[in-house]
Amino acid sequence: MNFPRIAKYTGWHLITAISALGLGGLFGLFQVLDHAGIDLYPQLQSVGVQSYYQGLTLHGVLNALVFTTFFITGFLNFATSHVLKREPGVPLLNVIGFVVMLVGLLMATVPLLMNEATVLFTFYPPLKAAPAFYIGLTLVVVGSWICGAALIATWRAWRKDNPTTRTPLIALGSLVTVVLWQICTIGLAVEMLTMLIPWSLGLVEGIDPQLARTFFWFTGHPLVYFWLLPAYVSWYGMMPKQAGGKLFSEPLARFSFFLFLVLSTPLGFHHQYVDPGVPIGWKYLHAILTYSVFFPSLLTAFNVAASLEIGGRARGGTGLLGWIKKLPWGDPSYAAQNFAMILFAFGGISGLTNASYDMNLAVHNTIWIPGHFHLTVGTASALSFIGISYWLVPMVTGKQLFNRKLGVAQAITWFVGMLLMSNALHLLGLRFQLPRRTALGASGYLTPEMTPFLIEEVIGGIILVTSGLLWLINMVGTVASKKKLETPLEMPVAEPLEPMLAPKWLDSWRPWLALTFALILIAYGPQLYIQISQAQSTAVGFKPW
Amino acid sequence: MIIIFAAAVTTSAFVIGIQLPAPVARVDSRLVATPGATIFGEPGVRELAPHHLEARVLARTWQFDPREIRVKVGDTVTFFYTSQDVIHGVKLMGSNVNMMIIPGQVSRLSATFEKAGTFKFLCHEYCGLGHHTMYGEVIVEP
Ligand code: HEM
Ligand SMILES: [Cu+2]
Ligand SMILES: [Cu+2]
Repeated sequence: MNFPRIAKYTGWHLITAISALGLGGLFGLFQVLDHAGIDLYPQLQSVGVQSYYQGLTLHGVLNALVFTTFFITGFLNFATSHVLKREPGVPLLNVIGFVVMLVGLLMATVPLLMNEATVLFTFYPPLKAAPAFYIGLTLVVVGSWICGAALIATWRAWRKDNPTTRTPLIALGSLVTVVLWQICTIGLAVEMLTMLIPWSLGLVEGIDPQLARTFFWFTGHPLVYFWLLPAYVSWYGMMPKQAGGKLFSEPLARFSFFLFLVLSTPLGFHHQYVDPGVPIGWKYLHAILTYSVFFPSLLTAFNVAASLEIGGRARGGTGLLGWIKKLPWGDPSYAAQNFAMILFAFGGISGLTNASYDMNLAVHNTIWIPGHFHLTVGTASALSFIGISYWLVPMVTGKQLFNRKLGVAQAITWFVGMLLMSNALHLLGLRFQLPRRTALGASGYLTPEMTPFLIEEVIGGIILVTSGLLWLINMVGTVASKKKLETPLEMPVAEPLEPMLAPKWLDSWRPWLALTFALILIAYGPQLYIQISQAQSTAVGFKPW
Repeated sequence: MIIIFAAAVTTSAFVIGIQLPAPVARVDSRLVATPGATIFGEPGVRELAPHHLEARVLARTWQFDPREIRVKVGDTVTFFYTSQDVIHGVKLMGSNVNMMIIPGQVSRLSATFEKAGTFKFLCHEYCGLGHHTMYGEVIVEP
């Protein structure tokens, strides 16, 4: 089925997302080269990038904030429209949402490129960027809210016409993602509107940096679920179909999505274990809650693996592991996402490690941490989104994918490159306690024992960037190609193995939302009250770059 | 599963005695360096009791003051850090001392030195162009 309007809107999001990752990923190359002793930043100065840290800010902002947000808002609106078989409910919302995001992006990009906002993607005050940076990022978030509202509007319009039909899983997962996002970004909005923007405009002189960090991480941890849940929408709702199988348990999938909604916000203090301004008891509570979110993750791993096994067996695979060989590894969209899952399993393990106190003391702010999140956001999300793009871009443009084999090669190289780079980063952090966010090449911290790992890191990084380039070639090739699709593509939609009805409590939002707010209130309420009432806005801004 | 993890965190927190930084005191980052205004007015090491020292370290872009802390094997040192400007961090190599240094806050953790040697403490939070040059050393003498 063809819905030209949502295809057009999604196309806008995809162009922006693909350009962001294309440019942002490139800076990864200069970072791994710097660590290996090859300093290309003097050359980069002639194109206006002044330092390792300006490049790293661009890398973090473009990859983790811009690529993800534009891709997710585009993809989820597309998926919801297609699974509900209708154009957007209020198209104006889609248009305004995108325009606000784009204006925000342009506003934030100017100071980034002019070296006026070299504050990294976490922009902790009292590092002080130009106001346009904060205002621009805020607009990106506001635009993403409007895109979320657009998605909800589409679902409501469908609900009016289908008062008794159960919401399809893909739409439910998309709704949970945008609702989670609307709730958790309150922290960031408060930080921006009441602290950073007035302060950067010079309306107030001082700021309380500890309080700003608490607001930041209120949004910062659920942010990772905002990155992951769209991949889960695809893993649960689409990949079983691509594998030729069925979704093992639909009710369990619905249950997991709701659990993520409830559990992903009230645990942000696990990013602040070593902050001086947060009492131990609250760190302890958030540590326990952090482990609880491991539960829906396990459910997901189990459910998705079982669904893929159904597919592998339906395709003639036998034996304990024989079904794995029969999975459609020649399909770039499938292969990329399956590789993403495998690396995510490792990422989950290293994430568990980060969450325990003693390990956190060992690895906090070491280069182990980028090792960890390149497996999660940098692969589980990014490589899944790349996989999705292999069917989404052809569907949106009506063109055939430029080259399937190139796509498979891309998926394999990402897997190999990431395995190497991430392994090296983990070990460099754990064994040698190398700090992250540090121009290591110019520091005095590197010793000869580290050399093998630095070489592994740079080889992995180069393979990864090459993989990114293969993807860009495929994307540009598809858009530029003259080969129209022979038959229109359908979005893959997995069927449940047994059309059993999930229990009623999995259809109603109210209890889940109530639980979400209650947990946030318990986990954050008292500390927010204390930190706000005891705030000392004495830190003036600095621009030490 | 969750219960097992909860038990694990609880043991590591209470039984093994893992310590995390927690609120100690508030300071005004504009005044911390002024002598007499706070304990960071005269940064450095002082002895509280035999084998128990206190180190007051002031972080600013891009150095720790003092840069060098001398102790003896067997000493327990309670470290106090604060920042005069942006956020910094500190990781003392080979120990569990790992803290954010946030303007307006005082970060405190202790370590006991069992081995002689020189141990770097690095700034591990981005604090500007010279971030990768910001470190100090604990020299443990036999
Ligand atoms: C294309 C290949 C990539 C390479 C070679 C690469 C390399 C690196 C390296 C070496 C670092 C650590 C820098 C440091 O801490 O000093 C880093 C940081 C980071 N990367 Fe990547 N990366 C790549 C792709 C990605 C992707 C796809 C994402 C997310 C979608 C991503 C997100 C990040 C983030 C958020 C940081 C942290 C920035 C910060 O600490 O402020 N990277 N990257
Ligand atoms: Cu520093
Ligand atoms: Cu630093």
